[in-house]
Amino acid sequence: MLPTLNGRLQTRIFMLVVFGGIITFFITPVLPDGLPGVPGFSGDLYQVTYVILATVLVLGILWELLYHLIQQFRWEKDWPTMFGLITAINEGALVWLLLELGLVPGMPDGFYDGELTSTFFWAFFIDFSVIWFIVWIWTNGPMRVPLIKWRFFGGRIV
Amino acid sequence: MIEPTAASVVPTTDPNTYLPAQPMPAGDLTDQMLATDIWTDELVAGAGIPIVDVPFVTVGSGIGSFVTVDYLRIAGVPTSQMRVLGTLDHPWQTYEYLTRVSQIPRGERLRSDSASRPDNIWGFPSYGFAEGMKTFNLKVLLGLFTEPIFADYYTPKAGQAFEGMEREKNRIGYDEMLVKGLVRIVRRRYGGGYFTILTPPEGASATKRVAFRSQYVHLAVGYPGLKFLPELQRYRTDHNDYRHIVNAYESHEHVYERLLQQPSTVMVRGGGIVAARVLQRLMDDRLIKGAQTNIVHLFRTYYHGTNDGYGNEEDPRPGGGKTRLFMRRRGENGWAYQGFNYPKSVWGGQLKKQVRGLEGEQRAELYKRMGGTNTPWRKLWQKQMNQGRREGWYTCLVGTVDDMQPNGERIVNHVKTNQGVVPVEVDFVIDCTGLEADIAEHRLLKDLLDHGGASRNPSGRLNVDRNFELIGTRSGSGAMYASGATTLGGYFPGVDTFLGLQVAAQEIYLDLNKRKFCKRIGPVRSTLQWWKWLFGSKP
Repeated sequence: MLPTLNGRLQTRIFMLVVFGGIITFFITPVLPDGLPGVPGFSGDLYQVTYVILATVLVLGILWELLYHLIQQFRWEKDWPTMFGLITAINEGALVWLLLELGLVPGMPDGFYDGELTSTFFWAFFIDFSVIWFIVWIWTNGPMRVPLIKWRFFGGRIV
Repeated sequence: MIEPTAASVVPTTDPNTYLPAQPMPAGDLTDQMLATDIWTDELVAGAGIPIVDVPFVTVGSGIGSFVTVDYLRIAGVPTSQMRVLGTLDHPWQTYEYLTRVSQIPRGERLRSDSASRPDNIWGFPSYGFAEGMKTFNLKVLLGLFTEPIFADYYTPKAGQAFEGMEREKNRIGYDEMLVKGLVRIVRRRYGGGYFTILTPPEGASATKRVAFRSQYVHLAVGYPGLKFLPELQRYRTDHNDYRHIVNAYESHEHVYERLLQQPSTVMVRGGGIVAARVLQRLMDDRLIKGAQTNIVHLFRTYYHGTNDGYGNEEDPRPGGGKTRLFMRRRGENGWAYQGFNYPKSVWGGQLKKQVRGLEGEQRAELYKRMGGTNTPWRKLWQKQMNQGRREGWYTCLVGTVDDMQPNGERIVNHVKTNQGVVPVEVDFVIDCTGLEADIAEHRLLKDLLDHGGASRNPSGRLNVDRNFELIGTRSGSGAMYASGATTLGGYFPGVDTFLGLQVAAQEIYLDLNKRKFCKRIGPVRSTLQWWKWLFGSKP
């Protein structure tokens, strides 16, 4: 990718709102919840996954500032494809850490009672990775199909 | 002969009045026409030149025109509304010739980004993805994922690019738009629009010239010409020796053939991609075919570490100081290393945005800073180079050539170095410096500068605006655009590349859309058109 700072932020917001929003809607009911059977639709579960999505979005804006700074050290001023995927590690780890510390606001009542379970970790892991992977794939190719100006204008959508 | 189509910039004139069957006059440019900056319809008709009406004309039948009409076809313009005027049979003809002689035949890789596809305005699927998926080549796919950190930047094979263009050319009905001939002149028309005067091939037309009357003109005439280093040119003319001194951009296969037969010494001049390719050919022939070639490589600027367009760290640069921390690239063994011919982000990212906002001197300064001759770092090539250095058959010299003298069949170069003048005797000299001629050496461009209102940008090339309109050439409701090498130095760097031509084509399409010449390629149209591209159906 060849992002400008503005383009980075716009692409990040667009991708997480559109793809993140849609994928979260479909994936939440099938995430493991530690109970027998398919979990099904649940308001509390949706609250958890959408709050996590919002957290990734808000923190992502800060991350993008850092990435933009790192990009300045590159002569090409590009953002290699691989970077777009491996930044899932630092971003995912930070969100998990904040969850562990009980610092993510807006969770349902009782969410932070006791330790977070390993089932919840795997639910988080699947949720986060699936969204990240699909967004990464889309950004590195198909996004250029509907929006022909996007790639020539640093990833800006408007 | 082109059928004058329905669309016209003026109330339609009966085309029969212009048919060449009429006895007089000769249908050539007159002195009065050459002396007049803005032509009336009567002036052209009076000279007996038949007039063809078509709203959009693109001059030059190379990749620049191809990419532009491709964009416009996808934006809904029918073939009847556009004409491509030029001498080539197919868009990649000149390009293929130049890449082939400069040692990139169809099977070799270009220096071009994976998503830089002249046959696909979306750049998706990229060349790399297509190549990787076609044969499920994991190495290619992994390379795409890890480039440029753990793998060299992916670059497509020349043949892949040409085959893609051929498919797209047929899909958009390019041949229906192509009119063969040499464009002699473009002049503004009284009342708006332009006259483009074409000289068709002998026998193709009853008159010597044909005039295309159009509202829009696009110029994509390519490099104005290649120049030799002056001392090489002098030697060639003085000694009538065109065999031993060759330019990498002319056919010079005889040099390689001779090297296979006889142990010889070759001097390579230049430090760019062409020098790298020529060296690789020389080294391949040595290592694979057993040629006993010694290579003397003459650099004018020798890079030994981080650098920018002003040279090495310690070289003087405006404002003093060293290279900027945020603006320096790798260099080693004489070469400055860079993936493509510009830092990648000129084609869409930070540098594109930055240059777009700069004027005059500041813009020229940034061009200079990111410019300078450079070449990509490629693993295989590095291995060969290292072997050559180790075994002593590849040596470097830094300097310029003062004088050249023949010595029997050989040539003695008097190389001026920091240690004084050194005589270097070689059998062949291959000039890979790639000097380009001035735009005024192109007859059509010179005429536009003299009579068409066009001007030069800070780099001396054609001055185009951000939308690639040629500044100063507007004619009524008509507009003239230019893209490609002739516009280097403008608000967008990287014009003389596949992707650069597409960036320009997009800007031109956007401007023509504002002028209601074509439809908007919004998300829906774009997606539908992409599917059509995928299935090979007409746009």
